[in-house]
Amino acid sequence: HTETHTHTHTDSLLPRAVNVDLQTDATLQVDISDALSERDKVKFTVHTKSTLPNFKQNEFSVVRQHEEFIWLHDSFVENEDYAGYIIPPAPPRPDFDASREKLQKLGEGEGSMTKEEFTKMKQELEAEYLAIFKKTVAMHEVFLCRVAAHPVLRKDLNFHVFLEYNQDLSVRGKNKKEKLEDFFKNVVKSADGVLVAGVKDVDDFFEHEKTFLLEYHNRVKDASAKSDRMIRSHKSKKLFYNLQDAVASWELMQLMFFLKVSELFEKTRKIEARVAADEDLKLADLLKYYLRESQAAKDLLYRRSRSLVDYENANKALDKARAKNRDVLQAETSQQLCCHKFEKISESAKQELIDFKTRRVAAFRKNLVELAELELKHAKGNLQLLQSCLGVLKGNT
Amino acid sequence: MADTARDPPPAHTDFQELEDGEDLFLEPAVIQESGPASLPAEDISANSNGPKQDSLFDDDPEDLFAEATEEVSLDSPEREVLLSDGPSPAITPITPPTSVITPRIGLAHDDMFTHSSFDEIEEEEGGDSFDMHISVSDPEKVGDGMNAYMAYKVTTKTSMSLFKTDEFSVKRRFSDFLGLHSKLASKYLHIGYIVPPAPEKSIVGMTKVKVGKEDQSSNEFVEKRRSALERYLMRTVKHPILLKDPDVLQFLESSELPRAVSTQALSSAGLLRMVNKAADAVNKMTIKMNESDAWFEEKQQHFENLDVQLRKLHASVESLVCHRKELSVNTAQFAKSAAMLGNSEDHTALSRALSQLAEVEEKIDQLHQDQANADFYLFSELLGDYVRLITAVKGVFDHRMKTWQKWQDSQLLLQKKREAEAKLQFTNKPDKLQQAKDEIKELEGKVQQGERDFEQISKTIRKEVSRFEKERVKDFKMIIIKYLESLVQTQQQLIKYWDAFLPEAKAIS
Repeated sequence: HTETHTHTHTDSLLPRAVNVDLQTDATLQVDISDALSERDKVKFTVHTKSTLPNFKQNEFSVVRQHEEFIWLHDSFVENEDYAGYIIPPAPPRPDFDASREKLQKLGEGEGSMTKEEFTKMKQELEAEYLAIFKKTVAMHEVFLCRVAAHPVLRKDLNFHVFLEYNQDLSVRGKNKKEKLEDFFKNVVKSADGVLVAGVKDVDDFFEHEKTFLLEYHNRVKDASAKSDRMIRSHKSKKLFYNLQDAVASWELMQLMFFLKVSELFEKTRKIEARVAADEDLKLADLLKYYLRESQAAKDLLYRRSRSLVDYENANKALDKARAKNRDVLQAETSQQLCCHKFEKISESAKQELIDFKTRRVAAFRKNLVELAELELKHAKGNLQLLQSCLGVLKGNT
Repeated sequence: MADTARDPPPAHTDFQELEDGEDLFLEPAVIQESGPASLPAEDISANSNGPKQDSLFDDDPEDLFAEATEEVSLDSPEREVLLSDGPSPAITPITPPTSVITPRIGLAHDDMFTHSSFDEIEEEEGGDSFDMHISVSDPEKVGDGMNAYMAYKVTTKTSMSLFKTDEFSVKRRFSDFLGLHSKLASKYLHIGYIVPPAPEKSIVGMTKVKVGKEDQSSNEFVEKRRSALERYLMRTVKHPILLKDPDVLQFLESSELPRAVSTQALSSAGLLRMVNKAADAVNKMTIKMNESDAWFEEKQQHFENLDVQLRKLHASVESLVCHRKELSVNTAQFAKSAAMLGNSEDHTALSRALSQLAEVEEKIDQLHQDQANADFYLFSELLGDYVRLITAVKGVFDHRMKTWQKWQDSQLLLQKKREAEAKLQFTNKPDKLQQAKDEIKELEGKVQQGERDFEQISKTIRKEVSRFEKERVKDFKMIIIKYLESLVQTQQQLIKYWDAFLPEAKAIS
């Protein structure tokens, strides 16, 4: 059973200070107050505080699993009424496989190492597990907060059910057939996206956004991958020489004061590990999140373009119908619907994209500032340790 | 990246003879000798490989570091001042770090070993206290193609009366160093002196240089070699006995040096060496010494353990260097990617901040590289030197065993001759009897000499080991202090970079 304090991280990804609609803060607050990691699933305790009349109580909690978050997200995506909004990206599936495997290997190898080594490794792996755990909680929380902050989505019925219904939502994960269907849907969508993207937009704002988002998304993707790789290198244990070997050498050579040096390196190694962990949170996670958000923004633009194409096609169809004087009414209705849909999407899309930029800028600012502050803190810590050890060594001449 | 644990240097036989390729290709006369015939030579020597080799090319301890340990980080100008002030056996006060270890390729070699020291030296040697500094610099390619070789400038700065002037330079090539070592080894190893081992040969490295590859790896190779040669010389001259050796003096002072012919593959000297090595290997296996002196047994075991341990640590540090280089590469890639992201970001202030972030990461990448170099040049090379040194130490113990064996052999022979003489007493062969008596007399002399030799070598080894252990402490201490100072530098730079970035990040609005 693990308590999580994820607010710091969530805030970094979604600075509450720059929420779209500040006054909604008090009327609906959602967070994940607790989480439990079991063998193959994570149970999130979703806690809601609300003054809205829709809910039976002012404060309540339910337990939800990852699949239920996905169900909620997908229901937004499939809802035509929300076509004109950036749908908050779904949280990634909790993935403890690698961490669990490592812990298991450690357990198997227990006999072959000293008690000290085993304890140390166990602590490190557990810390790793805990870090992954905290991250997944934060990702799920961010999703809910984004929905709660959105003026339209927060009113969604499915969302309220998700928050309040204290039974299992019985949304089983997708079976193979459904997953295959999804796959094909995506292929079709990508192809269509390419087609539709070719259509030049009359509106400068959207034309600019299209170009911008396309390039931005690709670059964020690259930056995210490279930052992951860099941080993985930084986390590598092999950046420090093996402590046992060092200590054994110093003892053999009777360089006893060197044991201090080994102590020092153990401490600096821990600090380096924290630096890498902080970089992971402040930089890598930030990039990953905005990779997903920029995709969601691209999806919005795609939907808008799609509706524009539909609208133009409906116009052509209407012209044809009028020319043939056949099914004119039908064509007119259809055309009106398309027009209405397109205008509705365009209107909300513009605001959504502006908000996206505001959120993005604020999140980057917050994270970059925090990253710099943490790097400074750790470097200063390292410096102090090094200098004090140097002082002792030199004093020992 | 692969963790390449460095294998124990092949006992200098395989490639050594062949490798001195610098010489090999230069003189056609030599080529004929050592051309095709060199292959079988290699085979023989391959058999006599082994860390305990009683090889004339044994890696001898390089006391290079011993010198510089007293004093930590004086810059060159200060050093000159101290030098000209004349030596006094005062321990130089440790000044706060000023030099950065930057063995960047192509730049003037780092200050690491260019520090003088006022070591408190073996009073028993008398004369001036040790005050000498040698630098190896200005690697210059001489000649073309496979005949090319690297010439290094060897500069000695000293105020010791042993030398005619207090600063002088000569030009030397790698085979000259090997030649020097070879001479010293043949003179001193077998009487128990720990002669510092010469740097290793490397066919691959040298070939690249010859072929004219001007890339980073061949630059690194040259720098690595230059640094190793410098450490080798410093270690050698710090040894009070070796310093006074005429070959050493000639090496340092004389502008022309006879070509070190005997370092080539199949000269007669080379052949002889190889035969000796083979014989030694066989002998080694059969010597079983009755160790009467527990000290030697203890020490031998100690060096055995140390050998194993240091090799492990060395491998670990080499892996460290690799990983830090990998981190550097990944950081550089991220920096580029962040710059691209900054370019496409359409919010001006954020765009600028991202570009700044990219710059910071680029600088950090540079820091990682510098750190890797420090790791390598300071730590890894030191460990490598000591691994070779310990091999030399073990070699010296082996010589003692051989000396003992020789003594025992003469004793046994004497006994046999005495028995034979006793028998001859009863025969009527006055000539033979006389001959036997003469032989016995001679053998008695040999036995006495053998015993004296054994005692002498034992005494020398005791002194040498104690000296070695003192120097070792100084060496490691100095290096670790330098290493820590480089780490301090890194952190200070990091603080500078992030400090400069922070306001940029805060300026995003």
